[in-house]
Amino acid sequence: MSKEHMPEVRPVKSGSFFNNPRNRALIYQAILLFGLGFFFYTIVSNALSNMEARGIKSGFGFLFTTSGFDILMSLVDYSATDTYGRTFLVGLLNTILVSIIGIFLATIVGFLMGVAYFSPNWLIKRLSIVYVETFRNIPLLLQVFFWYFAVLAALPDVRDSISFGESVFLNVRGLFFPEIIDEAGSGFVYAALAAAIVAIIVLRKWAHKRQDETGDQFPVFLTSIGILIGLPLLALIVSGNPFHLEYPEASRFNIRGGISVIPELMALTLALTVYTGAFIAEAVRAGVQSVPHGQTEAARSIGLKESRIMSLIVVPQAMRVIVPLLNSEYQSLVKNSTLATAIGYPDLFTVFVGTSLNQTGQAIEIVFMTMAVYFVINMTISFLMNRVNDSVALAERK
Amino acid sequence: MSVEQQGQPLSAEDDVIIIKELNKWYGSFHVLKDINLNVKRGEKIVICGPSGSGKSTMIRCINRLEEFQRGSLIVNGVEMIEDVKNIEAIRREVGMVFQHFNLFPHLTILENLTLGPIWVQKKPKEEAEATAMKYLERVKIPDQANKFPGQLSGGQQQRVAIARSLCMSPQIMLFDEPTSALDPEMIKEVLDVMVELADEGMTMLCVTHEMGFAKKVADRVIFMDGGEIVEQNTPHEFFDNPETDRLQLFLSQILEH
Ligand SMILES: Nc1ncnc2c1ncn2[C@@H]1O[C@H](COP(=O)(O)OP(=O)(O)OP(=O)(O)O)[C@@H](O)[C@H]1O
Ligand SMILES: [Mg+2]
Repeated sequence: MSKEHMPEVRPVKSGSFFNNPRNRALIYQAILLFGLGFFFYTIVSNALSNMEARGIKSGFGFLFTTSGFDILMSLVDYSATDTYGRTFLVGLLNTILVSIIGIFLATIVGFLMGVAYFSPNWLIKRLSIVYVETFRNIPLLLQVFFWYFAVLAALPDVRDSISFGESVFLNVRGLFFPEIIDEAGSGFVYAALAAAIVAIIVLRKWAHKRQDETGDQFPVFLTSIGILIGLPLLALIVSGNPFHLEYPEASRFNIRGGISVIPELMALTLALTVYTGAFIAEAVRAGVQSVPHGQTEAARSIGLKESRIMSLIVVPQAMRVIVPLLNSEYQSLVKNSTLATAIGYPDLFTVFVGTSLNQTGQAIEIVFMTMAVYFVINMTISFLMNRVNDSVALAERK
Repeated sequence: MSVEQQGQPLSAEDDVIIIKELNKWYGSFHVLKDINLNVKRGEKIVICGPSGSGKSTMIRCINRLEEFQRGSLIVNGVEMIEDVKNIEAIRREVGMVFQHFNLFPHLTILENLTLGPIWVQKKPKEEAEATAMKYLERVKIPDQANKFPGQLSGGQQQRVAIARSLCMSPQIMLFDEPTSALDPEMIKEVLDVMVELADEGMTMLCVTHEMGFAKKVADRVIFMDGGEIVEQNTPHEFFDNPETDRLQLFLSQILEH
């Protein structure tokens, strides 16, 4: 190509520092950062001067002063003479309790309902659809009220408790069931349980190795269940049952002994489980549907059994869609547990941002401490779920 | 197990597939109408016909990816009945290659190939891997063993799919338009593998519109239309002297391209 035919190039250049895209981005970010900093500074300094005007000392000294109020339920010893620091701990434990139970139950309900969608049974499939559509579309707060005021409040009085074999009682005061009390020698049974778990891990390794070497398959799952139940049971019999049950005892107006679950905890757990379970069911459904039918057909064409097709082909691929969704559902559940405050379940939000803040006026400290707690809990969930995600995603490496 | 021991063909003529009066409906839609077809051991059959004529449905009945409502089907001496063990036994005898490969994306190429031998044939891992490598060499991609399907070209994926079926040492191979999702330059590499397989004496049923392939390897070409087998003949007669108007029309249409 000769030079004459080259089109003339006229560079449009201002040469200005501000027209360089990199510099521009830097400047915008600096302005934004400055703005945000100023915004928070204003809020904090305002709040501090307000507190000062009302004679409230800022800082975390209040954590060591007596709270003076009782809490409906606590997992550690607590009374009105304890400090706000202890109040914080009680609330934190209650939040963690409801979150763990909620996540556990919602996962079970969600997976069952998600799988039910694929049932060839018309009724079961319908049930799954109706469940998901109903509970996903009703505000969670309304569902909390539904369980608390409509369902649990309608339970009978203590006198007319619904009892299951005179050992589990359900009434308007809550759910009561026997507590297992250790006696001398119970360590033997716990040791057997631990041994069973170790045995299962060893068994899995052994079965895997044997299959690699000889091709023989071993019913690992069934054997594991057998070991898990059998070994502790054997220890229980050999050691002559070193436990006794403390049964709840119903009197006219009250039930004493055993373990009790207050209706506030039951209502909140039910609401969180049923609501989050609906979203998890939807995630499971989406995950399974994301695996093309051709995958199942290819697996069938090489003669794999349906159960193996599920465990070797469909589930591993579905999990790549399900796990990230699960992560966000778990995080939502933890955040939604603050609705406890609407029915008076003493979670962290209720006892700390509610009562404690009201009494002390230490808004900044209390709000930030509480925010930090939810932040840390959810980051922990994210961290754990990312590990799970790595193990399901690693397989593809596209 | 009795089902497995019946592996020897019952028919004196050594028919490895015997389809009698096979009928299938999708609801009220009659997809397959009185299909009768016997396939001899080692025979290569090419099936063609217009879209929607039931070609896929027919070959998918042979390994029970589709169920049928009437008629009978005997594969390698085992009669297809409503029984999970029976169906699994038949599927072990029949390999299938799909239009869209259907490799397992979460497993490496090697794992794709050893899955069946390990979990269905209960072979030791080492043996399964040795077999897998043997077939990967036959389809000329042993160097891809540790990659994932998503990292391979379409032609390579289809060759892996063929190797995956062969690892189960099937008696019969079914192909459902194995090259129609491929770019033209990759069609040949897949057809070459199929021709080699045919030369080794594999019983093959292949739905394809690759007429060159049909002329080269087929013992018999079958024309389906509207759920029926309309005409079947040796490739020579089939292409040069089509008997029915429907086949003449079909051939004129595909040869126009
Ligand atoms: N699951 C199904 N439900 C209802 N009808 C179906 C179903 N699968 C296929 N059919 C119909 O059955 C007929 C035969 O389909 P089939 O896939 O066997 O055709 P084909 O000859 O393989 O066509 P193509 O060349 O397009 O692959 C078509 O009319 C199709 O619409
Ligand atoms: Mg087809």
